[in-house]
Amino acid sequence: MLTPDLRTRAEALGQSLPPLLAEAEMLASTVMLGEHGRRRAGMGDEFWQYRPAHAGDSARMIDWRRSARSDAHFVREREWQAAQSVTIWVDQGRSMGFSGAKGREPKVDRARLLALALAVLLLRGGERVGLAGLAQPRSGRTQLLRLASRLVGEGAADDYAAPETEGMVAHGRGVFLSDFLGDLQGIEAGLARAADRGVKGILIQILDPSEEEFPFDGRTIFESMGRSLSHETKEAGNLRTRYLARLAERKNRLAGLARAVGWHFSTHHTGSPAQSALLWAYRALEGGR
Amino acid sequence: MFAIGPLGFAAPWLLLPLIALPILWILLRAVPPAPIRRRFPGVALILGLRDDEAEADKTPWWLLLIRTLAVAAMIIGFAGPVLNPEDRVEGSGPLLIVVDGSWADARDWPQRLEKAEALVADSGVQGRPVALIRLTDAPEAVEFQTAETWASRVAGLQPQPWAPADFAAWAGVLPEGAFDSVWISDGLAAKGREDLVTALQAHGSLLVVETKKPVIALHPPRFEDGKVIVAVSRLPATEASSVTVQAMGPDPAGIERVLGQTLVNFGLGEARAEAALDLPPEVRNRITRFEIVPVRTAGAVSLSDDSLKRRKIALIRMGPDQEGLQLLSPLHYLRQALVPVAEIIEGNLIDSLRANPDVVVLADVAELTKAEEDATLEWVKKGGLLLRFAGPDLAASDISRTTEDPLMPVRLREGGRSVGGTMSWGEPKGLAPFPEGSPFYGLLSPDDVVVSEQVLAQPDADLAERTIAALEDGTPLMTRKAIGGGQVVLVHVTANAEWSSLPLSGLFVQMLERLAVSTKPEQPEAEDLAGQVWTPQVTLDAYGHAADAGEMPGVAGEALAKAVDTGPTRDLRPGLYAGADRRVALNVTGAKAELLPIDWPASVPVETLEGRVAQVLKGLFLTAGMLFLLLDVLAALWLAGRLRGLLRGAAVVLALGLFAGPERGMAQDTTVALPDDARALEATTAVVLAYVLTGDPRVDDLSRAGLLGLSDTLWQRTSVEPMMPIGVDVETDELAFYPFLYWPVINGAKQPSDAAYAKLNQYLRTGGMILFDTRDADVAGFGGETAEAKALQMIASGLDIPALEPLPADHVLTRTFYLLQDFPGRHLGGAVWVEAAPQAAEKADEGMPFRNLNDGVSPVVIGGNDWASAWAVDEYGGPLMPIGRGGAGDRQREIALRFGVNLIMYVLTGNYKSDQVHVPALLERLGQ
Repeated sequence: MLTPDLRTRAEALGQSLPPLLAEAEMLASTVMLGEHGRRRAGMGDEFWQYRPAHAGDSARMIDWRRSARSDAHFVREREWQAAQSVTIWVDQGRSMGFSGAKGREPKVDRARLLALALAVLLLRGGERVGLAGLAQPRSGRTQLLRLASRLVGEGAADDYAAPETEGMVAHGRGVFLSDFLGDLQGIEAGLARAADRGVKGILIQILDPSEEEFPFDGRTIFESMGRSLSHETKEAGNLRTRYLARLAERKNRLAGLARAVGWHFSTHHTGSPAQSALLWAYRALEGGR
Repeated sequence: MFAIGPLGFAAPWLLLPLIALPILWILLRAVPPAPIRRRFPGVALILGLRDDEAEADKTPWWLLLIRTLAVAAMIIGFAGPVLNPEDRVEGSGPLLIVVDGSWADARDWPQRLEKAEALVADSGVQGRPVALIRLTDAPEAVEFQTAETWASRVAGLQPQPWAPADFAAWAGVLPEGAFDSVWISDGLAAKGREDLVTALQAHGSLLVVETKKPVIALHPPRFEDGKVIVAVSRLPATEASSVTVQAMGPDPAGIERVLGQTLVNFGLGEARAEAALDLPPEVRNRITRFEIVPVRTAGAVSLSDDSLKRRKIALIRMGPDQEGLQLLSPLHYLRQALVPVAEIIEGNLIDSLRANPDVVVLADVAELTKAEEDATLEWVKKGGLLLRFAGPDLAASDISRTTEDPLMPVRLREGGRSVGGTMSWGEPKGLAPFPEGSPFYGLLSPDDVVVSEQVLAQPDADLAERTIAALEDGTPLMTRKAIGGGQVVLVHVTANAEWSSLPLSGLFVQMLERLAVSTKPEQPEAEDLAGQVWTPQVTLDAYGHAADAGEMPGVAGEALAKAVDTGPTRDLRPGLYAGADRRVALNVTGAKAELLPIDWPASVPVETLEGRVAQVLKGLFLTAGMLFLLLDVLAALWLAGRLRGLLRGAAVVLALGLFAGPERGMAQDTTVALPDDARALEATTAVVLAYVLTGDPRVDDLSRAGLLGLSDTLWQRTSVEPMMPIGVDVETDELAFYPFLYWPVINGAKQPSDAAYAKLNQYLRTGGMILFDTRDADVAGFGGETAEAKALQMIASGLDIPALEPLPADHVLTRTFYLLQDFPGRHLGGAVWVEAAPQAAEKADEGMPFRNLNDGVSPVVIGGNDWASAWAVDEYGGPLMPIGRGGAGDRQREIALRFGVNLIMYVLTGNYKSDQVHVPALLERLGQ
């Protein structure tokens, strides 16, 4: 039986899902890059290169047409096309619900959009895409709908969430979308778990521009979104430089962590268009091997 | 009233709360500003950071000061502060208010009226009967009445354009009994003033009120050396200052304008100063009035009458007219010189004299009849100027040979002399510099004025003093003799160019000017005016405004002459009076008028109007208090860190309100800056491809590299040999030099200004072409609209672009140099848009591969294939950007370059290739 609460949520979901999906599709369409090659020789349909035949190549593999034009024998190689499992984790913590200005979307919206757009691209490229802890990696168009519906689910009650690695396929790809403002231990642990399974991937830190600028002055009590943390200051403007230094240090740490496990790290701001971040993410995922 | 210095308080006990201010200070100090609560995820990062200053939890001292000042200003404001509280004229019994009401009062009449009204109102409060007299009125019995009756009458009072005079008569009509008087005086001394002072003092106390504002008066202008001299007097004569005098009059269109102006400078302590106004005669003749700006009193206005008007000059030539010999006529040059500035009378001498000319010119007239001579002599004695020119007739006659003719300044020697002619020795003689004392002193004599023939004067005793101009060798050229009020001047050469080149030079005109101007008496003499009735035409009011006199009765000439001398009166208002043949101006300030201060008796207290005006400061203090409170609100907001958003909003409002206006204004003012010459040369010595600077350095560099590559290709393959490409800023640079503009449209491109649009449209209309490249063909074309496409729409909205169509297969662009059907750049297959072909030419002719389209070149080509990237070369000439894959990519680059070549050919040759379809027909017609 549907409780009223569930029903309103379902209705809200029904309203938000199509726009989100549409937006993600739109965003993904701007980075249509043609065929989804692997940039290496392997099983596939696309021509990759001719290489001189060497011992061990069967006679069937030799491309006679090419070989006839020269003295050597050549083998026609095709580009390797293999499906990957990509697991995306979107931080659903309450800190992601922050928006620094009226009219600017909350960080979580941007994270969902990026996740879904990335999913659209990857699914189109034949990959399997899943959501960490929410959906198993699968391929196909229907997976997109599933992902979308899971993504718009209710967020966590915690202020800051730690990366979820459940459901990550070994030697797959991982994408963490978060502001990474919470406890560094949790992030480190999550990253380590993923790395242990041989997962490579990308960290996208999504920040609101006001988190980059700290445009506050005067006597202020700062509270986290869930009010679990608070800090009172007499002159917020005096904290700016130190806050920015800490933020820079945090980014450095994250970049360092990522580098250590062979991941990529980038910061994206909700004030700038999502397209650039999507492009970066896509490239980073491609170049990850 | 309780007063501290000049500050009085209406309710002094309200000041008591000021004592409580220190307590307020302490109270406020204890309460810190409230903190603002903010949700902020970044709090995790600031945990543990300490504040630098511990003091911020107390209210800062300056905020305290603002608040305390606000409260203090409020308290003081409510206590009713008054600056210079007025000591009312206390007393009982009737009050007589005396105002001069003269033209000098007009300078600050509102203040005077205010004072009078205040006095009347005070009397009303104190229940005193009151009366007000204006001394410029005719004396009449004074009756004291209630203040209410007077209040309305006082408000309508106006000053009169003359000075009060009938002091004694006013003293006679003062009411009986004791009363106090207040005399609001104009500060100018006048005869008989003390009579009234004594009479008023006899009735009771007398208080005199004056103002400090100076009186400035303009005397009637006069002539000296061809210039108008204006004289200005002032009172009091204190520090150095200057006033502007303007000459007003109708312009040729009849509209009143300032015809000239000059600055009159008073030295320290000088009461009178003069300045010269040099005006051409044509302008001077039009002047109707002089006035001191911005003083608006009748005394600062001087109407000009006929003394500035055109002179009447009679030109007399005896003997038969020689028709057809215009240039030889002795009067020709005179006529030319005088017609613009004077009224010319021509005819016989007797008739001309009846018209009472100012000057009579006799050109080579030797003998006069007795009647003529008598009439002329009489006319000269009355002030006429007789100007005689020599000539063959005069030289041959016996006039003034042995005895001096009354109408000749000197005796003449027989025959005259001729120098520098074919039958004589010597060179023609030039002019000597004009001696001091000569009316021509100061004129420069040009070198080319030479005299070859002249009549010679007998060396008499008074020859030297009668000579006003001489030749280099000292022979007199012009001589002058005074006869009565007038004079006779003889020019020893002819009035035409026969004997000298003088009449041909500008000097001749100037000399005539000097001579003729000094003929007029400055002021009309009393006897000139007497015996006539003068009708007023224009009258002045006290503020110097001229008005039509209407049906005012005429006045006798004697009275007018007296008034001109002593100033206007009630019966003779200032203005213009017309007589039988001239007009006379009666000005408030005469030529000899002097401004003198009144010497009040020591027993009369004198106060000034300005210093005694009470100023109620209540509003000022309350406003200050409110402002302090507002400041406090802003400061408190700032302290709490909530000001930022507010400021942003305010900045937006300011930007909209303040900067929008001036910017529009500037846009109108902005003229197209002259292009840098070097740049213009660079752009015009050879064909130059140009690109539009977008502001994105990466895109700009790419555009440059792309056009460089295209230029290289053109140089190699075609006869088009372009120089280095140039980047242009559509806002500032001149576009006319460039046949072709490459315009990459980027996301976030700025919309050009109106001026730039005007320039661009002009460019497009006059044969320029712009290639718009949105560089987004890779992502566009899915039905979605890219940001670049939107930017292009925005830019193109202001451009004069015709209807477009996708480039048709038979467009001339497909065959101007290469035969092409694709137009790739870095991207392949994006649509390219050009101006749509006219509907009429839709069908191709039978057997023709192309439609017959040979009109017009598309002003724009729009596409998104990012051509610049495909054309781009690095500094070694190699391709800069990767295009496509492998050999197909090279092919794509090649086609892209071919498109570029075709495009430039299209730009440069227009539809030349389209015309090729006519070749068969042409060949056929040639008989092949």
